[in-house]
Amino acid sequence: MTRLVMNQDGMAPWRIVRGTLCLLVAVFLLAPLFVVVIISFSSAPFLQFPPPGLSLRWYVQLFSTPAWINALVVSVEMMVPAALLATIMGTAAAYALVRGRIPGARLVMACLMLPIIVPGMITAAALFGIYRGLGLNGTLTGLVIGHTVLNLPYVLATVSSALRVQDSRLEQAASTLGAPPWATFRRITLPLILPAVLSSLLVAMILSFDELIVSLFVSSARVRPVAVQMWSNVMGDFDPTIAAIASVCFLFALLVLVADLALRRGPRLT
Amino acid sequence: MEARLRLDRKAWLLLPAALTIGVAFLLPVGWLLSRAFTDPQPGFQNFELLWQRPVYMRVMGNTLWIAAIVTPVTVLLAFPVAHLMAHGSPQMRRWLIFLVLVPFWTSLLVRAFATAILLQRHGVINSFLLGFGIVEEPLPLLYNITGLLAGCVQVLLPFVIFPLYSSMARIDPAYMRAASTLGASPVRSFFRVYLPLTLPGLVTGATLVFVSTLGYYIIPAMLGGARQQMIAQLIQDQIATFGNWGVAGALSIVLLGATAVLLLLLQLTVGLKEIAR
Repeated sequence: MTRLVMNQDGMAPWRIVRGTLCLLVAVFLLAPLFVVVIISFSSAPFLQFPPPGLSLRWYVQLFSTPAWINALVVSVEMMVPAALLATIMGTAAAYALVRGRIPGARLVMACLMLPIIVPGMITAAALFGIYRGLGLNGTLTGLVIGHTVLNLPYVLATVSSALRVQDSRLEQAASTLGAPPWATFRRITLPLILPAVLSSLLVAMILSFDELIVSLFVSSARVRPVAVQMWSNVMGDFDPTIAAIASVCFLFALLVLVADLALRRGPRLT
Repeated sequence: MEARLRLDRKAWLLLPAALTIGVAFLLPVGWLLSRAFTDPQPGFQNFELLWQRPVYMRVMGNTLWIAAIVTPVTVLLAFPVAHLMAHGSPQMRRWLIFLVLVPFWTSLLVRAFATAILLQRHGVINSFLLGFGIVEEPLPLLYNITGLLAGCVQVLLPFVIFPLYSSMARIDPAYMRAASTLGASPVRSFFRVYLPLTLPGLVTGATLVFVSTLGYYIIPAMLGGARQQMIAQLIQDQIATFGNWGVAGALSIVLLGATAVLLLLLQLTVGLKEIAR
């Protein structure tokens, strides 16, 4: 007993060090984001912190600049189809790979996961090179194809791990009782994996909204998503409009995170 | 025959995804890599160029060196966070997970921009240091190695925290009690019992950080300086500025080769299951 108490005392300095380090890391991770959000409400025309006064002028500026509005429209037109396509194809593939008896399923799975393993610059350069011959550079189609490819692995990983924890005997029972395969999928499997499917749809949308490198190569001045528009401004002069769009992106990410946590808390999902 | 038909029906579902990845990913990447041997003429001249020109060697050296600094720093900072996450109260755990997830979900570009604002010449950190009279001149924190390291470590911390946490959470506290009952000091039982048990998470996290850093583009382009140019920037430069697809292909092979070897080593030692966040 005394030994245990002594040990507790021996741990006290470590606890203080650990607490301090955790606090520092928390500040390191979150402070930049807070500073950006605060600066976006600044009244000053430059990135001053703390701001001399508060205003909404940068948000007004953001939503009245045609280039930014166009970028927001392009981003939505790109991320919604890319996320939907990736979710449908990824869910179908996950179902086939986990439930079907496909020879070499593990190898196929590994190949389908490659887009998140290969560095973004390589994928971007490769798509740019191939698109040149096909006239797909600077088109929405080109962006949607590229982003579908990048999203697919995330959907596949999420949905296949949800399928693995589901009891496949439920599906077997349904087929034994005479349900055709499609009815089994729609009435039994899909409701069970729906949280995972919806969660991966959300993740795919945010990934696609945030993705920069493929967009940078494939987009043009006319078809330019938010991330690329931000990039071209950031590399020039910093002005608080970028803080405003960055805060919008941050809010979007936060909403998706909360929605995703709510989905995961619902029915069983790992 | 019956079984074969059933198998075929489910395999059809694989087709759209497999075709998409095959045509819109494997094919283009294969084409890019093949440029290394065919552009401008067949042969290995692009790899010879990589070897001969000091610029290329310097950038590849830089990339390795930066990844080699970022990895230990990230692991050291992640360790206490993962430890508190694993052994603190459930409430503390929930807060910490949320705290790490928020930046993890925020776009890399937004975080890089936010870090740049903090580190600018007249940014928050310099104003703070000047205001308290700690320094007389603003410190150069941006567009150099400091900015680059700060950005990389910040973005990559979650990649170590989560695998490390999942290793630590699995450690049975009875082991540590046993070690101290048998007379080991806290320091000794930490190094001899606890640390080895965290190795799967630690190795996984460290590998992910190292591999990710090798391929980074946004962080070095935004927060680093000209002297910290990294391999992904060089690939972009070769294509966008010089139209030199041969060298770009050769550099891609080097980058992809390094990534593949490291991930293969990880797979052989720990297994890649931990990669799923």
